[in-house]
Amino acid sequence: MDLSSISPVTLIVSLMAASTPILLAALGELIVEKSGVLNLGVEGMMIIGAVCGFIAAVTTGSPWLGFLFGAICGAAVSMIFAVLTQYLMANQVATGLGLTMFGLGLASLLGHSYTGINPPLFSQIHIPVLSDLPVVGRIVFGHDPMIYFSLALTFAIWYFLTRTRGGLVLRAVGESHDAAHALGYKVIRIRMLAIAFGGACAGLGGAYLSLVRVPQWAEGMTAGAGWIALAIVVFASWKPGRAIIGAYLFGGVTVLQLNLQAAGLAISPAYLSMTPYLATIIVLVIMASDKKRQSLNAPASLGKTFFAST
Amino acid sequence: MTPLLHLSGLTKAYPGVVANDNVGFEIAPGEVHALLGENGAGKSTLVKMIYGLVRPDSGEMRLHGQAFAPHEPRAARAAGVAMVFQHFSLFEALSVAENIALGMDDAPETDALSDEIRTVSKKYGLTLDPDRMVGDLSAGERQRVEIVRCLLQNPKLLVMDEPTSVLTPQEVDVLFETLRRLRDEGTSILYISHKLEEIRTICDNATILRLGKVVGTCVPAEETPRTMAEMMVGTELKSPTKRPYQPGPVLLDVKNLQLPSKDPFGTSLRDVTFSLHAGEVLGVAGVAGNGQDELLLALSGEELTQNAAITLKGAAIGNKGPNHRRLQGLLAAPEERLGHAAAPDMSLTENALLTGHARQRLTNKGFVKWQATQNFARAIIEKFDVRTPGASHAAKSLSGGNLQKFVIGREIMQRPDVLVVNQPTWGVDASAAAFIREALLELAEQGAGVLVISQDLDELMEISDTFAVLSEGRLSRVRSASGVTIEEIGLLMGGTEVDHAAA
Repeated sequence: MDLSSISPVTLIVSLMAASTPILLAALGELIVEKSGVLNLGVEGMMIIGAVCGFIAAVTTGSPWLGFLFGAICGAAVSMIFAVLTQYLMANQVATGLGLTMFGLGLASLLGHSYTGINPPLFSQIHIPVLSDLPVVGRIVFGHDPMIYFSLALTFAIWYFLTRTRGGLVLRAVGESHDAAHALGYKVIRIRMLAIAFGGACAGLGGAYLSLVRVPQWAEGMTAGAGWIALAIVVFASWKPGRAIIGAYLFGGVTVLQLNLQAAGLAISPAYLSMTPYLATIIVLVIMASDKKRQSLNAPASLGKTFFAST
Repeated sequence: MTPLLHLSGLTKAYPGVVANDNVGFEIAPGEVHALLGENGAGKSTLVKMIYGLVRPDSGEMRLHGQAFAPHEPRAARAAGVAMVFQHFSLFEALSVAENIALGMDDAPETDALSDEIRTVSKKYGLTLDPDRMVGDLSAGERQRVEIVRCLLQNPKLLVMDEPTSVLTPQEVDVLFETLRRLRDEGTSILYISHKLEEIRTICDNATILRLGKVVGTCVPAEETPRTMAEMMVGTELKSPTKRPYQPGPVLLDVKNLQLPSKDPFGTSLRDVTFSLHAGEVLGVAGVAGNGQDELLLALSGEELTQNAAITLKGAAIGNKGPNHRRLQGLLAAPEERLGHAAAPDMSLTENALLTGHARQRLTNKGFVKWQATQNFARAIIEKFDVRTPGASHAAKSLSGGNLQKFVIGREIMQRPDVLVVNQPTWGVDASAAAFIREALLELAEQGAGVLVISQDLDELMEISDTFAVLSEGRLSRVRSASGVTIEEIGLLMGGTEVDHAAA
């Protein structure tokens, strides 16, 4: 085994690319859960975003349109969930699981004739001088625009939740929908918007996967990334800043195990491929041991169906 | 002079029930007007129409002589109508300032708002720290949050729905002081309560509702609580007769009971010590959130403690679960009817099975004896006058009072040696409450020990033989209920001079 083949700078750069789809999806789900809705369909929305973004990018030749279309399609499928749970009072867990399965199936169908095609190139930015600096240049100034976008989005969501009235109303709806309703806030409308935002973020994450990270379309290519995003929301205790830590931790373990495989570590690759998921489970268990803090941060109405009695 | 608010012919029907039928009355500027009625009389619906949460089917409302038809709370607030809710309108995980900002339509920046909150709360004598989490506040403080939220908008009409149900007598005095000051400044108040003594103290006029209709008006100061109650109910009330109390042998002995609360906003029990005798009704008073729920959980067996902390008829049961305790004769009825005492979507028969199967032998080697269970449920329904079409109906289809009669009846029918009840008559109309109290007294008379946890002091004074106060998870010394005044209890409830149970 040759560990010297693993370069720390390359590791960090590819870690950020590996984490971005999960970070995007987790940020969307964070907003959804803050509004009191548990949407387990992240995986389904992600893969729909992946396939639709891929198709749009290949057809138009523009990765930007691909991202846009991926986000729109993610939001569109999330509306199935939204109408079922918010207007028809369907159970959120069952509907979310259904959405995941629906999304996986629909994506295979849509993507059938797109396997093996290369999408248009989405290149990294290059700032003269800055990007050429050793180490720092590649880690800070050498990414593609979507990575910067995901970081900016994290900050924007933090600012929205903690500093704006809209964010306060969103948190209030997730905290107690009955109280919010009594004060005259439109609980269902706010939740519909939150779900749509979550769908768009998941779709964007999926499109990043098929356009940048892989970059190809393959059936079932999200490979559980949506579920990891859900876990990261809990790990982050519903705080955007911590979602970055969670996503990068997962991305880091993923990239590291790939590098270890390449370096020829004498462990079966099957075990190495497990490590990111195992790490997620272990971290979640550790986080969950502090019940009191957890329940303080969790939106109190999470997953409960709102029914206006008046 | 034009009345501030004029209502006429208001009607609102829901499927199967007319909540308000041709209701009309007037409120003058600076008047404190009481709205009286039993549960289900239509008070809440009426108030929701005034606040824009519900739209009337027909009828007219006029504010300052002009047509007033708010289609949402925002419109009502803009017109000068503010409302203090009974519950459901605060967010525990948000700060006081955030809670207040949510109730305002044009909330200023956080810092400016915090200053305003301090100014208003000082002006009306309602101490409040804008930065604290609402979940950490006492019930009285929470209500101040609601009131300050209303006052910041300079309302012309303040609607208060059961404002004192969670307050200590001293807190009630502070509240009334605030209300009088508001009234003197010309604010009208619509005051909803079923505490008749308070209505006599604070209200100028009263409108009485029964089954959605106005059945009378009165000047509360010229009436007695009894005459007003009879107007509400429509029949004469009988009050339970107190029997002489002679303590029998100790049935339940609790020593240094400790129980850390699992709820982040709950209260841990600390060193709770008392004994309950045969034939005794022990009343435990206290403001909500001082450990009442935890005490019930520890006694019912839902939360286990050190084994020696609780002894029933000489046997330690602290680490035994509910069914073991039931078999030994300790039964309990928690406060929350739907979801804790009864499973909302299950039938009354199934609910009867849930707590009754061990003691009533309703199962045989794990198989349910449905016939016997149904008979048991029917017996409860009959004996406790539960108004329902039948035992096969879901628990949630019953009104609060009827379900409470069923829940209490289910335990009493099992002939417990010790019965623990939490808030047995909370949100229950006057006649059902009287019935339940009577049943509890009868149980004690037959030699059982009854522990009643309640926030309703009048209730405790009426039925208790002995008396203690739970404050911040500690139980005061148990004293005889005769000769205790409401003022003394109030001080204990506020946590002042709590003398810990002597060893």
